[in-house]
Amino acid sequence: MPDSLRIEICGLEKSYGEEHVLKDLNLTLSSGNFYCLMAPSGTGKTTLLRILMGLETPDRGTIASFGISSPRIAAVFQEDRLLEGYTALQNLKFVTGKRYSQKELTNFILTLLPEDSLEKPVYEFSGGMRRRVAILRSILAPSDMVLMDEPFTGLDHETKLSAIGMIRSQCSGKLLIAATHAGEDAGLLGAQVVHL
Amino acid sequence: MPRLSGWQKKAVITLFWILLWQGCSMAIRSRILLVGPLETLQALYARLFQPSFWSAVWFSFGRICLGFLLAFFSGLLTGALSYWKPLIGDFLAPPIQFMKSIPVASFVILALFWTGAENLSVFISFIVVYPMIHINTLAGLLSADEKLLEMAQVFHVPVWKQAVWIYRISLYPYLKSACRTALGMGFKSGIAAEVIGVPGGSIGEGLYMSKIYLNTADLFAWTLTIIAVSAVFEKGMLLLLRLIAGKGAAYSARQPEN
Repeated sequence: MPDSLRIEICGLEKSYGEEHVLKDLNLTLSSGNFYCLMAPSGTGKTTLLRILMGLETPDRGTIASFGISSPRIAAVFQEDRLLEGYTALQNLKFVTGKRYSQKELTNFILTLLPEDSLEKPVYEFSGGMRRRVAILRSILAPSDMVLMDEPFTGLDHETKLSAIGMIRSQCSGKLLIAATHAGEDAGLLGAQVVHL
Repeated sequence: MPRLSGWQKKAVITLFWILLWQGCSMAIRSRILLVGPLETLQALYARLFQPSFWSAVWFSFGRICLGFLLAFFSGLLTGALSYWKPLIGDFLAPPIQFMKSIPVASFVILALFWTGAENLSVFISFIVVYPMIHINTLAGLLSADEKLLEMAQVFHVPVWKQAVWIYRISLYPYLKSACRTALGMGFKSGIAAEVIGVPGGSIGEGLYMSKIYLNTADLFAWTLTIIAVSAVFEKGMLLLLRLIAGKGAAYSARQPEN
């Protein structure tokens, strides 16, 4: 059983010029739980995720992790950020290393993508297919914390349900934070809602 | 008029220029001022059976390629080091600017003092090619997609893997474009240096002798040889780059070149 991770966010603040996107944010998040950050666009969801990823520094406040000193992070970014010239399988291998065999990875891909997509480079994929690769990459990478920024953008309802099924099975036991503005996503993920 | 395919169009255009060349040589009627394509081919054909021709080709080709390859790998290394530590790039900027702006002829005279005539073309092709490869390596690495690098950082992807999967792809169009220019420049300046230094048994010496004996047909035959040898090396080098870049290069090849 992996160590339990707890993240404590205290008095977090971040501004861009005159615009305060995060104001005195206090949160405690722990592994085994899924959280949905709910807030209108431009109110700091992406900024909070970027701070948790270590890509931005807060103006004030602290983020402390307990249980695991340097938690491994996997993410779905606002953009897909795929290796364009490579196949879905190669995109997954880039982050998973030798964790899964080629056959296992192929099976994961086939749960969300059609078979004829296996040989194609991802730049030939539709927006929804690219998003599914980004989701697969985040849930299959070795991680303690999974951060997702609007993960279901461009997915139809049926595909979204399949993706959520995979997220729930692969991320169980991990700390998952998803930023979304669709109210139903929290219910489908079985996540606690955090209003910013 | 029927529509011509790509190669047919090229063949027609080439034929037009060859005919124009032949026409001009017939109109001028001087074997010193201008020889036609047929006389050039005759001179080249005669040379093909002389062992000294092949040894001269090997002498010049080997040295210019050696200079090119040394410059290519040095440029890659210093370009990468300059990306990693910009201070190294700042230190290298003056000599690189110096190599870019000093006339090749000045370097040739200097190299004659330093290395003698025999290895002159190695030095000169190095001097001409190195700045181009260094600058393009640095530009290629700087053009790597920052969002992909952020993604790799978040997922803790090791640096060697980032080099293979991200930087290799961003480098490819820059190195391809640099190689295309540098190969032509390397051969031209290497041969020009040989004409000035006249190392024994080189293509440069052959060209120099053509001048001394006013043998324009030989001059054209040597020139044709240089073009053919440089084209073969260019194709080989670009193919090698394409193979190293791998499948991922198919995407970067779709992007506009620098």
